[in-house]
Parts: sequence; structure tokens; C-alpha cells
Amino acid sequence: MTSQIPTPDRRPPRRSLLPLAAIGLIALGGAAAFAWAAGWMGSSGRLTSQGFVDTIEATGADHPGFRRAHSKGVCVSGNFQGTADGRALSSARAFSQPAVPVLGRMSIGGGDPHGADAAARVRSMALLIRTDDGQQWRMAMNSFPFFGAPTLEAFLEQTRAGIPDPATGKPDPAKMAAFLARYPQARRFQAWAKSAPLSDSWANTAYNGVHTFYFINAAGERQPVRWSMRPQAPFVEMDKAQREQASADYLAEELDRRLATGPLRWDMVVTLPDAGDALDDPSQPWPEARRQVTVGTLSLEQAQPQATGPCRDVNFDPLILPTGVAASDDPILAARSGVYAQSFFRREREIASGKAAGATSDEVSP
Amino acid sequence: MNPRPREHFNLLARVLHWSMAVLILTMLFVGVTMVASLTLRPMLIELHRPIGIAILLLALLRLGNRLTHRPPPLPADLPAIQKTAARASHWVLYALMLSMPLIGWGMLSASGYPIVMFGGVHLPDILPHSPTLFALLRGAHGLLAYLLFATVLLHLSAALYHAWVRRDGVFASMARGPVHDESR
Repeated sequence: MTSQIPTPDRRPPRRSLLPLAAIGLIALGGAAAFAWAAGWMGSSGRLTSQGFVDTIEATGADHPGFRRAHSKGVCVSGNFQGTADGRALSSARAFSQPAVPVLGRMSIGGGDPHGADAAARVRSMALLIRTDDGQQWRMAMNSFPFFGAPTLEAFLEQTRAGIPDPATGKPDPAKMAAFLARYPQARRFQAWAKSAPLSDSWANTAYNGVHTFYFINAAGERQPVRWSMRPQAPFVEMDKAQREQASADYLAEELDRRLATGPLRWDMVVTLPDAGDALDDPSQPWPEARRQVTVGTLSLEQAQPQATGPCRDVNFDPLILPTGVAASDDPILAARSGVYAQSFFRREREIASGKAAGATSDEVSP
Repeated sequence: MNPRPREHFNLLARVLHWSMAVLILTMLFVGVTMVASLTLRPMLIELHRPIGIAILLLALLRLGNRLTHRPPPLPADLPAIQKTAARASHWVLYALMLSMPLIGWGMLSASGYPIVMFGGVHLPDILPHSPTLFALLRGAHGLLAYLLFATVLLHLSAALYHAWVRRDGVFASMARGPVHDESR
């Protein structure tokens, strides 16, 4: 009780340095752990969402305010009507609510917001289905039937191979050749890209979710599925000569002409795998003979330019899912969420700071 | 000089302090990890939203408790600058633990994302869908997270300085209740 409490100043340095050093080490350790978690330090090969978007940005010129991939497109809207088969597979409200409003976006692959529509090998459909229970279901689908890379590392290698060589201004063909040599899945994708015929419209193209998801029904049963939007409009091929002659905004103009005559419809079809079919690898297509179920019909009624349309400020993150739908463990699907979020933040920041006149004005840019 | 019997924080304050310490540190690490990670984001964001709202509710309760219960005074012999730093850092911590969840909630509203808690339970939008608001709040959420982490580290270092160097009972006043230990 009466023992004198020495003030810190009077302590011999040796006794007071140890706790101070310990406190310093704890603070430093905490800061280092935080920096490591944030991806600021650690092994140089570690890939972050920011790094992936940086890589995508490096493949082309800057286009402030536009999506970093699938940059050119139009907004669309309509509704979705589920079927009884859909309700049996999933408790998602989209299958039970009549005529759910849908906001969407039709686009072409690539990072050039002024690219020629008909020249694009890949076409895409993104949807946001907002049900009356306040839930959302966002989808990102493409015209390719399977993905071109089996793993995240392969996907990154493919993206890096598209970065132009500073000497030539074009991607180094040796890098793409090395990527193709390493991955048979990539060669299969290339064979599809070279041989599959292109249609003459966004409206008669099929769009595939590619990744596996789970439908969960009211009984709690989990069914793996891959979904596609199959056009009701008949396929009409557009050959290479026609594509070369088409105007830059051919697909958008053609879509407007079709919409002027009535809604455009797609059947939403899910494919159910057999035991042994790949669930976590989007580069492995499932055999054609697998059971297929039509779970709904999508009707698109209107289109608007994306610069002023309601889809511009929407991130079509395919992992925004309602109850009744869940993601698989597909690592490329998981990566989309982070990469899309980073791309979304960057372009919204450019729009907010007024640096994106081309992305927010309907005026035709050069 | 006899060591003055020290007051302690009340039980609610201590329970809130230590449970929120765990939650806030978890959130800071979940937050920076999910923004960077290509694999963990979907899982971590499902944790981030409900924990953030839990912190907001706990912070409101804590603010109420703090305003109705005077905390133990700082030691009289603590240099004035350290007293000022202690008070300022505490109010920064309160401001951030209340504003970070609100900024996160507002940022999700402005982005058009659904604000999912768990299962089908979600919160209403508190702001309109707007790229300007989203960009502002998303930027602020990230920067203020760094400020919060830095303040937490400072707070931790100061607490350990009281515990190990000054040994003035400040750490004990939050670490435990007033057991019969004033002779120590």
C-alpha cells in the first residue's frame, strides 16, 4: 500500500524499453496483417480484384465511365414469367410472381465502347430481375456455350496475353499461342469461335450462364443447374461479308426495328447434370443429351441507349442472387463478383467526377 | 503517494467495448480482404453487411450508455496532451463506429445493390440510386476504414502503454470490474 510507485521517467531504461518495444511490435504486426489482407504486401504473384481490373484496362485504351469489359451495349426492359417446372426446382420469387419486371443490357464482347457490333464474336445479355419481395436476381450471360479458361490463373493468363506489346502496339501472338498450347479448354473455345455461325440479331442469339448454380426448392432440395436464354426468334445466319458491310451500330439498330413490331422472347432453359459432370469448371460443357427444363420466358419490350438508360449504373454481378438460387464453388464465378465491383466503382467514380462525357451523353462520339 | 482507488467502466460499457472490439477488428479485416480477394468476396460480403448493422445497433446502445454514465476520469498526473489525445481518439472511434455502417448502407442504396442481411431479409434503401452518391460514399467508406484501423491501433497502443508502462489502472478500468483489488 505504501510502496512507492516509480514514475515512468525514473525507471531504469532497460525495464521500460521492453514494454515499449512490445507495444511497437504489436502495432506494427497489426498494421502488417492489415496491409497483407488488403493485398498491399505479400508474394508478388498474389492476384487481387484491383490487379485483375488493372490487367483488363491494360489491354486497351482508356474509356472513362464505360464498363471495362463488354463496354458497348444498350439497355433493355421487359418482364419474366416463370413456369411450374421452375417453381418445382426453385423457391425464387421470380418463378411464382406473375410478369416480374426486368431491366437488362444487350452488349458485345471487348473493351471498346465504339467497336463495330457485327464484328464482335461474343454477344451478351445481362439481366436484373427485381421481385415484389424486394429481392434481386442478376445474371450475366454470353453467346459462347462454355468458358475459354478452366481456372482463374488461366483466365488471367488469357487476359494478360491480350495486353498490347509496347513495341508493336498489338498483343504478342506468341503469348496467346503459349496460352492455347497450355490449355486444351482454350483450344476448344477457339474452335467454337472459328466455326460457330453468328446470327443476324441480338434477338435470335442464345445466351448462356456458363457457370453452375444451385436451384433450391421449397423442400430444401438443391439441384445443380446451368441456365440459358434460348431465343424464340428463328436463327438467321449473318456471314462474314455481311458482317463486314454492316454499320457500326448494326445490332442496336436491328434490335430497335424488331422491338418496334413487338416483344422479343427467350425461353429460360436449365440443364441438369448427371453425376460426374463438372460443377466448378465453366470450361467443361455438359453433354447435349442432359435433361433440360424450361423454367420461364423472358420478354423484352423496350431498348434505350446505355448512356442515358437505367442499365448504365447497374453492376450485373452474377452473384447477386435471390433465395432459392445459390452459387456453386466455381472460382471464376466468385472472381467475377470482385472484379465487377472494382470495375463498377471505377466507372461510377469517373461519371461522378464529370470525366465521362462520352459514357453519359447520347451524342455520338467520334 | 498512495495509488488512488480507481473507478471502473460499468458492466454494460465493458461488455460492449470488448464485444465491439472483436466485431470491429473482424469487420476491418473482412472489409479489406473482400475488396482485394478474387475468391473470398462472395462469402465475406455476406458477413460484412449483417455485422455492420450489428455494430451500428451496438454503437447506438453504447453511445446512450456513454452519455448517461460518466466514464472513470483519466489519472490526474497524465500529461495534458495525452488527455486531449485520449478524448479526441475516443470521439473519433465513436464517430466512425456510427458512421461507417451508415455510409456502407447508404453506399449500397446509392449503387442499387440489394441490402441483404441473411436469407431473404433485407433493409430498405436510405438513399436514391445515384452514381455521384455511390462514388462519394464508396470512396469515403474505404478511406474511413483506414482511419478507423489507424485509430484502433493507436487506441490499443495507448491502452498497453497504460497497462505495461504507466501501470496506472486505466487498462484495468476497462478490462475488469471493481473487484477487491485496490491494494495492488
